[in-house]
Amino acid sequence: MKLGVGLPNGLPGVDPGLVARWARRADTGPLDSLAVVDRIVYDSLDPVVSLAAAAAVTERIDLVTCILIAPLRETTSLAKQLLSLHALAPGRFTAGLAIGARGDDYDVSEFGRATRGQRLTDQLARIRQLDEDGDVRAPGDQPPLRLLVGGTSGPALSRMAQLAEGWVHGGSPPRVFARQVAEARAAWADAGRPGQPEIWSMAYYALGDAAEAGRDYLLDYYAFTGAFAQRIADGLLTSPLEVREYAQAYADAGCDHLVLFPTVPDLDQLDLLADVAGGSTPPDSSTTRGASP
Amino acid sequence: MASPACVLPGNAGNGKPQVRIECVGGGPGGLYAAILLKSDDPSRDVVVHERNAADDTFGFGVVFSAATLRGLEAADGPSFERLWDACARWDPVEVRYGGERIRARGNSFAAISRHRLLHILQERATELGVEVRFTDEVTDVTDLLDADLVLGADGINSGVRAHFAEQFRPRLTVEGSKFIWLGTAQRFDAFTFIFSDSPAGRFQAHIYPFGEGVGTFIVECTDATWRAAGLDAVAAEDLAPGESDHSSIAHLQDLFADHLDGHDLVANNSKWLDWTTVRNESWRHDRVVLLGDAAHTAHFSIGSGTKLAMEDAMALAEAVRANTSLDHALDDYVSARKPSVEGIQQAASESLDWFARHGRYWSFEPPQFAYSLLTRSTRVDYDNLRQRDHRLVDLLDRWYATEDGRVPLVPRPPALTGVQVGPTSLANRLVLLPEPDDAATDGIVSSAHLDALAEWVDTDVALVLVDGVAVSATGRSTETDAGIWTDEQAGHWADLLATARRGDGPTRIGLRLVHAGPRGASRGRDHGIGRPLPQDRSWPLVAASPVRWGPTTRRPDALDAAGMESVVHDHVDASRRAAEAGFDALEVHAGHGGLLASFLSPLTNRRDDDHGGDVTNRMRFPLRVVEAVRATWPRDRLLSVCLSASDLEPDGIEPDEVLAVVEALRATGVDLVHVVAGQTTTHSRPEYGTAFNSRWSDLVRNAGSDPVLTSGNMPTVDDVNHVLLSGQADLCVLGRPLPETPDWLVRPRAGTRDDGATATAGTQSAGDTDATAGPAQRAAETKEHA
Repeated sequence: MKLGVGLPNGLPGVDPGLVARWARRADTGPLDSLAVVDRIVYDSLDPVVSLAAAAAVTERIDLVTCILIAPLRETTSLAKQLLSLHALAPGRFTAGLAIGARGDDYDVSEFGRATRGQRLTDQLARIRQLDEDGDVRAPGDQPPLRLLVGGTSGPALSRMAQLAEGWVHGGSPPRVFARQVAEARAAWADAGRPGQPEIWSMAYYALGDAAEAGRDYLLDYYAFTGAFAQRIADGLLTSPLEVREYAQAYADAGCDHLVLFPTVPDLDQLDLLADVAGGSTPPDSSTTRGASP
Repeated sequence: MASPACVLPGNAGNGKPQVRIECVGGGPGGLYAAILLKSDDPSRDVVVHERNAADDTFGFGVVFSAATLRGLEAADGPSFERLWDACARWDPVEVRYGGERIRARGNSFAAISRHRLLHILQERATELGVEVRFTDEVTDVTDLLDADLVLGADGINSGVRAHFAEQFRPRLTVEGSKFIWLGTAQRFDAFTFIFSDSPAGRFQAHIYPFGEGVGTFIVECTDATWRAAGLDAVAAEDLAPGESDHSSIAHLQDLFADHLDGHDLVANNSKWLDWTTVRNESWRHDRVVLLGDAAHTAHFSIGSGTKLAMEDAMALAEAVRANTSLDHALDDYVSARKPSVEGIQQAASESLDWFARHGRYWSFEPPQFAYSLLTRSTRVDYDNLRQRDHRLVDLLDRWYATEDGRVPLVPRPPALTGVQVGPTSLANRLVLLPEPDDAATDGIVSSAHLDALAEWVDTDVALVLVDGVAVSATGRSTETDAGIWTDEQAGHWADLLATARRGDGPTRIGLRLVHAGPRGASRGRDHGIGRPLPQDRSWPLVAASPVRWGPTTRRPDALDAAGMESVVHDHVDASRRAAEAGFDALEVHAGHGGLLASFLSPLTNRRDDDHGGDVTNRMRFPLRVVEAVRATWPRDRLLSVCLSASDLEPDGIEPDEVLAVVEALRATGVDLVHVVAGQTTTHSRPEYGTAFNSRWSDLVRNAGSDPVLTSGNMPTVDDVNHVLLSGQADLCVLGRPLPETPDWLVRPRAGTRDDGATATAGTQSAGDTDATAGPAQRAAETKEHA
């Protein structure tokens, strides 16, 4: 399993300059990817713009939107943006797309909430078409764009299986995750896709003495879920051991790529996570299962 | 008027304002909430308004599960102790059906008379200083709105809910079942279901004891049965409040006489009611919250409303305890409690669905009927039931494996029992459906795919179905699909069979014939599904009507008479070649949006000739193809047809149409129907839970059309056992996706692994070890006991 880290683009009050500094330092290893989240009505930086900044200062690390709320955007210009990132970070970019969890982003959008699922399906087909037919192009000779889809409903898994390379899971206890992975794979097989979908998931962390600040952020960010926000905050990974245990449980449950999102906009958080990831080989169920870090 | 954001947990004597809580309704939910809120902070002023007198109580017993009892114990010790002492407790569930009584143990229930429960709660509330006002009907809830918190605990016909209907947005669904609450002095020592047939239709009784010689006896039937039995003779309006429907009760007394041993059914304000599911979009408006039946109901077959109401009270008290502001506390109560209630309502709705369709299972023998009933809400499955009561599952396994009246001594999982399907005897119930070739050249199967298939064939499953084999070049879905439209292609398939035949395993090998129709001329499946080939590599598509399969797929042409002719010939030629190559079984794919499927669904068939319109017309061409295949394919080999029994989108094919198609297929000599669903267009709304197509195979099979095969997310042999034992299918595609570790399925070759002794170690008793058991059985046993 690969291990990624989030850029702090979704943390309110973040120093915008931290995005490039964070990306530059993450590029020195050992983490495998840099991921961005997407909110509109929130004090945050746009995911595509943030990844463009990251692309400019990195050479090694993979870049991924995890996830981008596609139905809020016009499809052709979104395709252009994604293909541009693909060109700016050759071979390193993956676009994770989903409908998002919140209503408020749709309330201010020109695109309605009611048809967002069907719209995402159409967008995925259309983005692939524009890419394959070359109607929308970016410099360079790139292989097709890599797409991931998020969401746990039947229709979400169906569109993932038909039109993406893999699935982005939004985070949950490992046992729930394992059951949902089984459903994602079943959707993949039902659609007739060869092999297995790539499985991505995410979690939040706050290492060092940042646990309280991290929880406060999650309670604010997820306030719209009511009491559920507390459960998300309780799930915050706050020690190297918790991170390792969580990563191992996810690797065992079939995760291919786990992204850990920071909850405090402090470069130390990146270093602390890098220490955990670099302290041992990242968990890989095929080679180091059961090995103690 | 206090602000809703006031600090609720008041502290007596520190100068904060007195907190006042008004509870509308003095049933168990309201009283329990009052008790918990008062005992958490005695300075609160808690008032309960009950419209009845203290002794006016209706109903019989209330059941609690072990989990609820644990919650009650933790929430308020003194009331729990009194309740526990007054409870009747028992373990089994008993199903009486078809002259048999089958018991499932390993449960834990307790029940108490509702009357007794109310007294305990009234007493406890009074002790704590809650003011309980009897015969105090709240006619206008606005009178109470100067309180800090108002609880709408006033039952299914809640006045509080009605007053704020705009805010709570209630939805009341009358489910079409008639039920009546009765009691009996007959002794029952189990949660008992009785299914009784009468000339008017079927009745079921749900019975549970709640004390020495007293039990609740609820009778339920459909509206049609109720009318046919003449039970509508007494209109509910003609009965005085509190008066019971004695003529109906006399009727039921006779109906269930065999189970009553001369004891009477006891009435207490007993009259027929319509089961109504209550849901509210919101449970909270400002400082008013709903709890109990006012907020939600869930069918009694999965638990009592009283239990849910008391759990609401616990959740509310917990939320108030955990928050400093009332506003947050009420939000927390709703967001913590509503999802779990909705989960219970989902289980209840599955249970109700089961009761609504149990007529479908009326031909089941008692063991199968009991298993189907016990596992109806999908919260209990084969493995889970075995953990609770392994003797019962052994009994069910033996019943399933009974052949010609011979009951096997050693129980064997249903998945590993043999079955005769048409002319073919299959070794077990497991089918593998490996993914189709995606590297064929001009329809010639790739060697990599042949190697992969050879491995799958070398197992002990009953049947391996080779998927995605095109009947013609233009019937392919992608350029790299394998086919069987030339002798050269057939020759490669014959090679596969020759390799496979070297073993002496029981596995049969089948071929699934596909004409992709509107799903044709797509890019390879690694590029996604429904991704069209560039124009210069594409070929013309055909379908019933010019309806695109997906948003970017090409528009097909409507198949004309000459086209039909050649599609029939292609299927005939393919069948002949498949037979010559040596396949044991053949499946014609008429589901998932391919050419034949496009005729069956009204969503994709818009024809106005004699191949469009009603289902007789829509099935005309697919039937013609299947008839031609049947005439070609040897009679002594298995013929299957795969079809989507639902389009999983609005205005799709209807269940009765599906049954008509299946009946016509059987009449042509089809041995097996493989039931799937969806993929008619990309607008399907599927679900991918365990055995997700089994509800559709159930529909077909239990309309009297067996045997059927189902597929989709059955990763373990126990998943298959569940589908088989509950009578939803006769054969199952294991995995789909294929099991991740195929080595346990692969036949051991001499000298390459031990004889499986370790795999069977510790399973069942020593005498159960079957020296000739294949690896599939060994694996199943190992998994089962893992």
